[in-house]
Amino acid sequence: MAEIKNYTMNFGPQHPAAHGVLRLILEMDGEVITHADPHVGLLHRATEKLAESKPFNQSIGYMDRLDYVSMMCNEHAYVRAIEKLLDIEAPIRAQYIRTMFDEITRIRNHLMWIGTHGLDLGAMALFLYAFREREMCMDMYEAVSGARMHATYYRPGGVYRDLPEKMPKHKESQWTKGDDLKQVNEWREGSLLDFIEAFANDFPDKIAEYRTLLEENRIWKQRTVGVGVVSPEQAKAWGFTGPMLRGSGVAWDLRKKQTYAAYDKVDFDVPVGVNGDCYDRYLVRMEEMSQSTRIIKQCVKWLRDNPGPVVADNYKVVPPKRATMKDDMESLIMHFKLFTEGYSVPAGEVYSAVEAPKGEFGVYMISDDSNKPFRVKLRAPGFAHLSAMNDMVKGHMLSDVVAVIGTMDIVFGEIDR
Amino acid sequence: MSNYKRQLSKDLAAHFGDVDLTIKETRQGIVCTVPVESWLEVAKALRDERDFDFDQCIDVCGVDYLSYGEAEWPTEDVTYTGFSRGIRGKGPGRFSWSERRKEAVANRFAVVVQLLSLNKNHRLTLKCFAPDEGMLVVPSLIDIWPGVNWFEREAFDLYGIIFQGHPDLRRILTDYGFIGHPFRKDFPLIGNVEVKYDEDKQRVVYQPVSIEPRVLVPKTIRRDSRYVDNTADQENS
Repeated sequence: MAEIKNYTMNFGPQHPAAHGVLRLILEMDGEVITHADPHVGLLHRATEKLAESKPFNQSIGYMDRLDYVSMMCNEHAYVRAIEKLLDIEAPIRAQYIRTMFDEITRIRNHLMWIGTHGLDLGAMALFLYAFREREMCMDMYEAVSGARMHATYYRPGGVYRDLPEKMPKHKESQWTKGDDLKQVNEWREGSLLDFIEAFANDFPDKIAEYRTLLEENRIWKQRTVGVGVVSPEQAKAWGFTGPMLRGSGVAWDLRKKQTYAAYDKVDFDVPVGVNGDCYDRYLVRMEEMSQSTRIIKQCVKWLRDNPGPVVADNYKVVPPKRATMKDDMESLIMHFKLFTEGYSVPAGEVYSAVEAPKGEFGVYMISDDSNKPFRVKLRAPGFAHLSAMNDMVKGHMLSDVVAVIGTMDIVFGEIDR
Repeated sequence: MSNYKRQLSKDLAAHFGDVDLTIKETRQGIVCTVPVESWLEVAKALRDERDFDFDQCIDVCGVDYLSYGEAEWPTEDVTYTGFSRGIRGKGPGRFSWSERRKEAVANRFAVVVQLLSLNKNHRLTLKCFAPDEGMLVVPSLIDIWPGVNWFEREAFDLYGIIFQGHPDLRRILTDYGFIGHPFRKDFPLIGNVEVKYDEDKQRVVYQPVSIEPRVLVPKTIRRDSRYVDNTADQENS
């Protein structure tokens, strides 16, 4: 009989379970992985280099396109880096709006994750349910910024505009009419805050639905329990952050430990796993969605009671109001300079990090006194997670590779940048 | 979280008395510049000593300091030249491959590391300038924090910094067979080659880029009263 040797298998870059453009070179011994070598960079767009040739504000839109399922969190890290260098603070209402939208983003991201992760592991129906709720979050983005995904809503010094008083409604169409139309517009009668509150009140039931589908599901447990186990020591050494670190039992959350925006003023818990396997990370992320709902409710309440400015009153950075430009020459000049040249940021270097849904998203920025950043380095959580791929899948079966890719929650926009 | 910086920079200075450290403490954080000879020794101590306890290396990145602080638009004085002076420069993104700068600058490349201590909740930025003697060589931190593997590969790929002791220093983000280090300041923003499908040859071919450099906003440095607080100087005089 011929001797069976190790063989090499190519996985991706065009593969539905590769979550984008991951190419894996797998060294196999039968069906067991002996070595995995991820090839990344197929989506490399040199965002950091592009940012070096643009005024600071023009790169905010690029941040959306990094981790393109958790857009506003990326923006948050970027504008916070600029704010730190300029030494300005966003008004308190803007801080609450940012907190609320960071959590909406977290829910969006986790819905995307649970949908695709489930789909990869054979839970078809979940994908459809998760995307139904994700659509609501897209509508919130759209109401506030006009874009469903790439919002460019955060600005240094605050947010672009205040929350709208009216929530856009669905129009009658061939497919949505009569009672259907009434149903889809049920939450949209009032303001955006009313819509968000209705969503937040309803969402815990939806999480319970997802859990019914998965939590005690025999197939789900067989595919995730004991797969991709990471000890806390390993997780720290590999530079894991976010749910990947918390799934291994390390209670570390930047929202609590190095608090920013209004996270010190809201009440929430940080879920932590025990075994560090895919199932625990699933539990952590599911609980994070419930906690996000809690935060959103508190923010909605605060935002209702406390109207105020949403952007700093600082013409160096923030364009003046259109009305003042009509009869104030200085405002007109300032507006012109801001949109042609931008603003100069004092020389210095700063590292600002936020707890993005996937982990610590950091921006390291060097400024040389000019109107463009001298160097921007974006620290993507997925990059560190994926670099541990080989160690996590070694000795596992081929099908477990898919489970590990899913549990890492990788998105190539941020890994390849 | 907020008041640890003074103490940490004191501890750093005391602990590494025999190393030529430059410690810069600002409101934004502590940046500690380490000579390349002591890079590994300092990193190891920062991880193992109980005073520091930096158990996570969050990020490693390269920096190219060529053209630092060079503006394209004079602002000190009025000028008699027209608006087009803003688009004639050869600053970042405004030159092509044949127009790139070729001068040698001392201390041009740096490696910057972000450290995080989970127990103490401290952050620290470590910086090390790569000596440029034909080849940029910096010792690899991979034996101290295994997680730096890909980050160092990225810095090698984008800046050409060689990490001595790294087991697998391949390119990571650029194309297979890519030439050059694209994030260097003398690498054009438009790149060097482009890819297209050749109908005659029936395969993908590389050819020189067909686009022109086009950056619309000049790089400007302003140190006038809008940005610099002169009140402190006036009080002193």
